[in-house]
Amino acid sequence: MAAPRQVKMGQRGRGPTPQIEHPFIILKRIMGYVMKWYWLQYIFVIVCVFASTFANVQGTMFTKSLIDEYIIPMLGQQTADYTPLLNAILRVAGFYAIGIIAAFAQARLLMYITQGTLRNLRNEVFGNMEKLPVKYFDTHSHGDIMSVYTNDIDTLRQMISQSIPQLVTSVVTLVAVFVSMIILSPALTAISVAMVILMTIISARLSMSAGKNFAKQQASLGSVNGYIEEMMNGQKVVKSFCYEDKAIAEFTNRNEELFQSANKANSVVNVVMPINAQLGNLSYVICALVGGIFAINGFGGFTVGALGSFLTFNKQFAHPVSQISMQISAIMMGLAGGQRIFELKDAKPEVDEGYVTLVNAKRENGEIVECKERTGMWAWKHFHKAEGTTTYVELKGNVEFHEVDFAYEEGHPVLFDVELYAKPGQKIAFVGSTGAGKTTITNLINRFYDIADGKVRYDGININKIKKDDLRHSLGIVLQDTHLFSMTVKENIRYGKLDATDEEVYAAAKLANADSFIKHLPFGYDTMLESDGANLSQGQRQLLAIARAAIANPPVLILDEATSSIDTHTESLVQKGMDELMKGRTTFVIAHRLSTVKNSDCIVVLEKGRIIEKGNHDELIALKGKYYQLYTGNAIAQ
Amino acid sequence: MLKTLAKEIKQYKVASIITPLFMILEVICEMIIPRLMSSIVDDGVQKGDMNHIYGMAGLMVLVAVVSLAAGIGGGVFGAKASTGFAKNLRESMFKNIQKFSFKEIDKYSTAGLVTRLTTDVTNVQNAYQMILRMFVRSPMSLIIAMIMAFMIDGRIASVYLVAVIFLATGLGILMVLAMKHFRRLFEKYDKLNESVQENVSSIRVVKAYVREDYEKEKFNEASGAIYKLGLAAEKVLSFNNPIMIFTINACILIISWLGAHFIVAETLTTGDLLALLNYCMNILFSLMMLSMVFVMLTMSAASAKRISEVLEQESSIVNPEKPVMEVGNGDIVFKNVNFKYHDDGENYVLSDLNVNIKSGQTIGVIGGTGTGKTTFVSLISRFYDVNEGEVLVGGKNVREYDLDVLRDNVAMVLQKNELFTGTILDNLRWGDEKATEEDCIKAAKIAQAHDFVSSFPDGYNTKIEQGGTNVSGGQKQRLCIARALLKKPKILILDDSTSAVDTATDSKIRTGFRTELPDMTKIIISQRISSVMDADQIIVIEDGTFSAIGTHEELLKSNEMYASLYEAQTSGSGDFDEAAKGGV
Repeated sequence: MAAPRQVKMGQRGRGPTPQIEHPFIILKRIMGYVMKWYWLQYIFVIVCVFASTFANVQGTMFTKSLIDEYIIPMLGQQTADYTPLLNAILRVAGFYAIGIIAAFAQARLLMYITQGTLRNLRNEVFGNMEKLPVKYFDTHSHGDIMSVYTNDIDTLRQMISQSIPQLVTSVVTLVAVFVSMIILSPALTAISVAMVILMTIISARLSMSAGKNFAKQQASLGSVNGYIEEMMNGQKVVKSFCYEDKAIAEFTNRNEELFQSANKANSVVNVVMPINAQLGNLSYVICALVGGIFAINGFGGFTVGALGSFLTFNKQFAHPVSQISMQISAIMMGLAGGQRIFELKDAKPEVDEGYVTLVNAKRENGEIVECKERTGMWAWKHFHKAEGTTTYVELKGNVEFHEVDFAYEEGHPVLFDVELYAKPGQKIAFVGSTGAGKTTITNLINRFYDIADGKVRYDGININKIKKDDLRHSLGIVLQDTHLFSMTVKENIRYGKLDATDEEVYAAAKLANADSFIKHLPFGYDTMLESDGANLSQGQRQLLAIARAAIANPPVLILDEATSSIDTHTESLVQKGMDELMKGRTTFVIAHRLSTVKNSDCIVVLEKGRIIEKGNHDELIALKGKYYQLYTGNAIAQ
Repeated sequence: MLKTLAKEIKQYKVASIITPLFMILEVICEMIIPRLMSSIVDDGVQKGDMNHIYGMAGLMVLVAVVSLAAGIGGGVFGAKASTGFAKNLRESMFKNIQKFSFKEIDKYSTAGLVTRLTTDVTNVQNAYQMILRMFVRSPMSLIIAMIMAFMIDGRIASVYLVAVIFLATGLGILMVLAMKHFRRLFEKYDKLNESVQENVSSIRVVKAYVREDYEKEKFNEASGAIYKLGLAAEKVLSFNNPIMIFTINACILIISWLGAHFIVAETLTTGDLLALLNYCMNILFSLMMLSMVFVMLTMSAASAKRISEVLEQESSIVNPEKPVMEVGNGDIVFKNVNFKYHDDGENYVLSDLNVNIKSGQTIGVIGGTGTGKTTFVSLISRFYDVNEGEVLVGGKNVREYDLDVLRDNVAMVLQKNELFTGTILDNLRWGDEKATEEDCIKAAKIAQAHDFVSSFPDGYNTKIEQGGTNVSGGQKQRLCIARALLKKPKILILDDSTSAVDTATDSKIRTGFRTELPDMTKIIISQRISSVMDADQIIVIEDGTFSAIGTHEELLKSNEMYASLYEAQTSGSGDFDEAAKGGV
């Protein structure tokens, strides 16, 4: 109960109940998930719930016998014999002991069940997420994906560890108390039941009204938060335009609206509790009154002790009823979270029907043969099903595009009829405005996105036949937005080749021109990078990304050059690093620098998804087309 | 901290005081009911007095009605007090943030401020409601039930006292132990989430290097660590419930035993025994509630602290007492200026700045990232105060001006351009509220924004989405320039704000400035030599100081860095696709 995360949930629980399409299917799946590893434990938990409820009811029933069977007979006796009472108390103590042990066992078991289930679920969801195609991440908001891990799994924890056992406890208690009450007095039971029904109706009405108000509150909260975010992001602009007062005025308006709706929503919710409590008290009073009359007249053997027990039961009866409705809405929240978790878990992983693999190879008598050790030579191992033979093709880095059309979304093609040939060691530069299709082409080479068969060939092999992992092993990539991980500098470089020695790491860093700045970091190569390398400059991050690609030593490179805005010193380092990296490799570069473009073997000018010009610098200049325009437009200004 | 927050209760003081009073009334009523019940048993049932039973029952109904009224009152006023408090907190924070200078904005970061205004306020709101309603109610209920119990029978009530002390100590110890584990658990949680975040945003890198399995292993390890820590924390907590049940049950049994003896000895009545059993439950349950309230309060303490930090933050830049309300002209003078961000920082970010700029001149500023270009121009509109030396605008120290007057006359187009939700026209009118559409079009024309704006179906009435995501980088920059021009400033500062605009358009914008706004002082920061080479003076910044000032020709001859930069940009390492981005 002291788990801090639950507080958040508590607040959430006050909002409107979410809508889920197939709550039972999801519930079944989640429970199936729990049962898969922990069915024995869960059954035991249920047993414990029964045991502790039973012990509790026994205890309350004891009040009746205490008064009727032990105290009243002893009244007026000269020498009271306490032995029967002592025995009775010991017997009840025994029940209680069982109850306490059951409660403890329940807590212990649940703890393993919940933590274990969550761990398994988390691991599976993450495992599946890693297998998803890039498209999934491009088409889903990262915030939504994150919230599966940060919120939804947590809501589910709440549901498994608390709501469901609570619900079971409540139902069992309700039944047990109901039976006990009927045993004590059916007539009084009828009164209690009627009051509880009244209570349920009233709180259902109120929570419906609260739900509406909460929806309103949610809307105004969204409006306030949106405004806050926008203004905080633009705070410096606000200041430079002296817009402060206007911003305050607008904010005050929205804030006032939020207050009005929040006040209403909270008021309604706050009122539910006292109303229920007093209806409970009313029920208590009526029962006390009627029970009192029964007891005086000895109606159906009703006694003072029975009244005492009944009144306690009466209180215990109302409690699980309100508990049940609370737990059900908490379970609904959990299910909504579960639905989102399963959506991520069920998302279809990247398809890979490739079977051509990348192997170490050497040449023996002119033939390429596979070998275990690293030779520096790689070959594509191609098994031909029809003939039952295996051929080896040396990995060279020959990439061809034939009549490639591509659309991210049906009906919105972004590439038309792209025709490309890259010979091993050549440098191909893509030039064109944003949205021309430069990045898309590179996305197709490493199969982040798949296209129809046979249109892209790598060393003569249809890339759809190449196993994705092996294809990607043969490709290096340096993106414009450098992504680094929260690990040490060394580990980040080693990301390119996990079994690299320290010496290899240093060599790669030197090649990328990163060595000198790394040495100046507080802990050199062992400096921890904070979230995505926030403690490094943009240029330094790029140098690390280059080193990371260098250590992988791939025959084909995909480079996305950074645009300006890095300082000249680092920029020249980055440039040198990139040039060094490109040596002897087939390189596809989304070019932003004149020197890169000029030195390319082939410049591809793209416009609106089509290749409009292709050739080397001199050829394109002579053509006096688009490239000429771009090139000279720049030159004129200078 | 609490004092700062308490100040924000303001108009909700009454509601804040009434709420706990109502809650106390509710508790008192609730505590009277078992007492009345015991009277029904003793004086009614056992003596067979029907009238007494009716009377007491009537009284109980009355008490219940009072209690209901009190409960509703507490609920309604509690909601008002807490949501109102939250409203005030948000408003005061927002207002105070508007007063912040750049120094304070940098200190808190955008994300930090947003969290404080949203999540933290909600946390405090809930905690406040909790304090008003439960924090008073639970101890009161405990105390009153205890008093009632003592009034009935001191001997049995002392059993309760022992039980309360026992339970409080037990729960307290458990909570302290558990909190330790939880703190570590949450740290791990944050780490795990960070790693997920990285995987989501860097999925291309993960996939390009075929590191899915490696990442999975890393994740499973972290997930396993959380499992272990979670178990450790819950192990402690698993004693919570059993201890509670044990204490309650032990109490009931002891009371039954003692009660039987006392009744037989005729020092206690049956009805009293029933009432005592009732109070027993009340006391121990309120104790449990109290412990829960405590946990929630400690958790919102962090939020409260973050909020009060913002509220207590004083802006380092305030208006002078007798401000100058007019800026004479666009002259700018820097005299021996030294500046550092933190007063206790060791090194100056900018040092020994001296420059004399005449009204109407065009000034180019060139230098690497992190050399202090942006900071230098921020001093002109007094977004930061200098530590030594002085900055003069229009012949007067910037500290003498009214801040709004100064900033209206010094327009700055920032590196990070922001447009706001609303139409293009709305956005342009940030510069001048009363600007006519013609004014706006004129400014847009100078900023070379008119053509593309006119090409939109809705023209100047095109809606800009949050963050300006529906216009390209270059378009955004040109709109921001137009917005700044509408202020009709005496000084215009462009902080690398044409970086996404092609060179040809960039050059047109500069030509426009020269012909249309000859009296305006123009300061242009750029990475591109071509953007500054026709300026009257070019300032080269290196390592936080002006390493050279001169015209293009002079600098080519005298400044090595400038010359090499020029060489690099014209001979091949310049940006190739600048032209492609916006121009064509």
